[in-house]
Amino acid sequence: MKWDEFFVTGDPMIYGADVSIVLTMVGILFYLTKYKKWKWLWDEWLTTVDHKKLGIMYIVSAVLMLFRGGVDALLMRTQLAVPEAKFLDSQHYNEIFTTHGTIMIIFMAMPFLIGLINVVVPLQIGARDVAYPYLNAVSFWTFFIGAMLFNISFVIGGSPSAGWTSYMPLASNELSPGPGQNYYLLGLQIAGIGTLLTGINFLVTILKMRAPGMTLFRMPMFTWSSLVTMVIIIFAFPILTVALALMTFDRLFGSHFFTLQGAGMDMLWANLFWLWGHPEVYIVILPAFGMFSEIISTFSRKTLFGYKAMIWSMLLIAGYSFLVWVHHFFTMGSGALVNSVFSITTMAIGIPTGVKIFNWLFTMYRGKIQFTTPMLWSLGFIVNFVIGGVTGVMLAMAAADYQYHNTYFLVSHFHYVLIAGTVFACFAGLIYWYPKMFGYKLNERIGKWVFWIFTIGFNVCFFPQYFLGLDGMPRRVYTYSEESGWGPLNMVSTIGGFMMGIAFLVLVYNMYYSFRFAKRETTGDAWDGRTLEWSTPTAMPPFYNFAKIPEVTGLDHFWRQKQAGKVEKLTANELKPIHMPSNSGVPFIMASFFFVAGFGMVFDWMWMAIIGLVGVFGTLIYRSFEYDDGYYVSVEEIIETEKISK
Amino acid sequence: MRRLKPFLTFGLMMAVFMLSGCSDMIVLDPKGPVGEEQKDLIMYSIWFMLFILLVVYALTAFIVYKYRDHKNHKGYDPDNEGSHLLETIWWIIPIIIVIALAIPTVNSIYSLEGPPEESKDQKPLVIHATSVNWKWVFSYPEQDIETVNYLHIPEDRPVLFKLTSADSMASFWVPQLGGQKYAMAGMETELYLQADEQGTYEGRNSNFTGEGFTNHTFDVMAMSDAEFEKWASETKADAPELSKGQYDKLMLPGHVKQMTFSSTHLDWVDHAKNAEYALDARKRLGYEEKLPHSKAGKEEKKKREEEMKKLEESESHGDSHAH
Repeated sequence: MKWDEFFVTGDPMIYGADVSIVLTMVGILFYLTKYKKWKWLWDEWLTTVDHKKLGIMYIVSAVLMLFRGGVDALLMRTQLAVPEAKFLDSQHYNEIFTTHGTIMIIFMAMPFLIGLINVVVPLQIGARDVAYPYLNAVSFWTFFIGAMLFNISFVIGGSPSAGWTSYMPLASNELSPGPGQNYYLLGLQIAGIGTLLTGINFLVTILKMRAPGMTLFRMPMFTWSSLVTMVIIIFAFPILTVALALMTFDRLFGSHFFTLQGAGMDMLWANLFWLWGHPEVYIVILPAFGMFSEIISTFSRKTLFGYKAMIWSMLLIAGYSFLVWVHHFFTMGSGALVNSVFSITTMAIGIPTGVKIFNWLFTMYRGKIQFTTPMLWSLGFIVNFVIGGVTGVMLAMAAADYQYHNTYFLVSHFHYVLIAGTVFACFAGLIYWYPKMFGYKLNERIGKWVFWIFTIGFNVCFFPQYFLGLDGMPRRVYTYSEESGWGPLNMVSTIGGFMMGIAFLVLVYNMYYSFRFAKRETTGDAWDGRTLEWSTPTAMPPFYNFAKIPEVTGLDHFWRQKQAGKVEKLTANELKPIHMPSNSGVPFIMASFFFVAGFGMVFDWMWMAIIGLVGVFGTLIYRSFEYDDGYYVSVEEIIETEKISK
Repeated sequence: MRRLKPFLTFGLMMAVFMLSGCSDMIVLDPKGPVGEEQKDLIMYSIWFMLFILLVVYALTAFIVYKYRDHKNHKGYDPDNEGSHLLETIWWIIPIIIVIALAIPTVNSIYSLEGPPEESKDQKPLVIHATSVNWKWVFSYPEQDIETVNYLHIPEDRPVLFKLTSADSMASFWVPQLGGQKYAMAGMETELYLQADEQGTYEGRNSNFTGEGFTNHTFDVMAMSDAEFEKWASETKADAPELSKGQYDKLMLPGHVKQMTFSSTHLDWVDHAKNAEYALDARKRLGYEEKLPHSKAGKEEKKKREEEMKKLEESESHGDSHAH
């Protein structure tokens, strides 16, 4: 392989990226060395198995990926702002929309939610950690390494450019040669391992580690939504794993599952992809629903309306999510019967979703609504998500979909559900649980600015796109002619996009500002909360979460205790030593070997792939012979941490 | 009142867009019965959706305004946790809406599988549309002629498109005539369209197919039956024949201008039955796809473009009859 094939050359923006990556790396290394932070980094973060720290690392990674995916988005919007712009060429544009989609779904939305689930769910169910803390670290590091592998593609080897859906045969060797598409396959494959492990881990955690008295129907709604999400992950992700493996075989080992030659079936890829892909969009929306349920109930100071209906509707949505994948390709010509069936199943998803909307509205009914920033995001969610919802029903009508398919109408629809649903939830959840993670709130005033700039920008950006779609503008075109008449609305859309970018910067500034100036929380109950995570005596729970596992007597246990004035005070004589898992560097090392193996496969350097895989199996074997049962936290240490007076 | 601002702004924005845009948008300005049927369905659904939005927004505005935390707050009931009556209502109403939308949808799905109702008794004109990166090849088997990147069709007569692809999956779409359908290698899909008005309509591939996707377009010219017959017979008489060599060059990825031939490639290959033909042709011509960002890739691209120019020149004769 020649150097001009290994490094991406010829584009000044890429050189700029090269320089900034190198400078950032040097800066980080310098900082860690100068302030002697290497040991801190290793002991506190790289080897941790604490669900709260892993959660924070997930969220930090997700925010970085939001930045990367957001820059991609702004580059695209800049190119599309005016007709026949020369800012990006076709190939470059194609690479950018491919990485934008992949990163936002796989490396931003999912990790952001999984990060919040990591931080919150064990606390909500009164557990000291997840069922398999070591496995949790493996999950995070495989996700992180998968994300890194995918992200280096734009400077080394070239990015994938076949779309995040990577339809075959376009994504085959014959039409998309080189490492780009391999990055997609290997990056997703490695990260997918982490996601599947998370699914198993949290399913077991929620089923087996709930505090005494917390029956299934006393679980907080966010925990419920996480449970349902994990079930979807466990059923959906193996499909992705297999599909990616088959395409990898096609590209690296000359098999013909989806290729043009050898009677390959390109439609099979589309089916497998969406058999995973549709449940995937519910994987990123159900936890969002859960968060909004918590937040709306907390800031309406009222119990959730229709708790059981909320659960049943979620279970229905989860079931339906596996029965609608064909609506992604009504235009494949599957016949009237197939299209009719999938039209109806898809529209039927609107029913339980509509029920949830009304239940949220009636949670506020007869409440006492406080307009905190998490609540603003939740209200913004209801108002905007409904637009995504109704246009979703329009898209579900197959006969009409033949006109919407592959247009900006569709683009606008899925941004209305994914941004107004998932991204709003990520922001709302981050702000809501920020004091739990860092011991102080984000500034509310700046937070409200972020909300308004982002929400207005979001509507300015995406609402015009419905009309562009109805005017026949296809998605994924890198430019358009003056005569098409799409110029003005595209300009409006671009302005909205940049407003969202500004809002993101203000959000990051708010993190800095609040880090410097926010008042530190003195109790664990920053928002007058209802669920167990707010019942810890300190703002940030100690690493073992609960000195004494709480006993739950009903829904909203903590809030009811507060109402009755019966919050228990911990006494020294009820404490027992706490069993906790040991830190381990093995997950990080294993993931590093995954990186080596993945990188080798990307470039078809099998010697390197084999070294990496041997390393992976080596760490697995090492772990199997490691007899570490964890350790006990002594009562004295607990007394000191909890500051209990004897 | 400040809390209501987003809803008001939003409603206003929407109204402005709706009023200014509706009639100009091509999907809502169809020129044939297929597009017409889809437009009717779209408008029918839009009224439902606006009604739903109205109900949800009104309810949200009312609840948020009335129960905001303020002095003289009334009606606080922290344990109000559900109502069977209300919940039954909002399970049933969406079900009714879905049924109301599903019936016309299923009706349309079935009717779009065949020729339009109004011209059922006419024999449809059959055209094979083959996508190859990034061109459209149209074969008229009855007239025994072939065009590239443009179509002539008679008005008021159903056209049956038999769609396939020589390489990546494309989607055949003429927005003003009706919805799209995929064209896939090794497969044949069928799509009925019809133009009720004479004119030129833009058609395109709407499914992403790589670098040249943006300009993967074609023109559809709808004309009177007599004009169409005249064009077809003149083309048959005057246009050059399509040679296998020329067709192989068409299989190279790239764009060409509109071209016309007096024979079709269906004589020797049907891509619906042979998915490998284009790749084989590229091999015969010594073409191999290279990394787009590498030097070799850029050279390869230049070579392809020259090849396309030569191909266009080899067909200079037929061009005079294209329009």
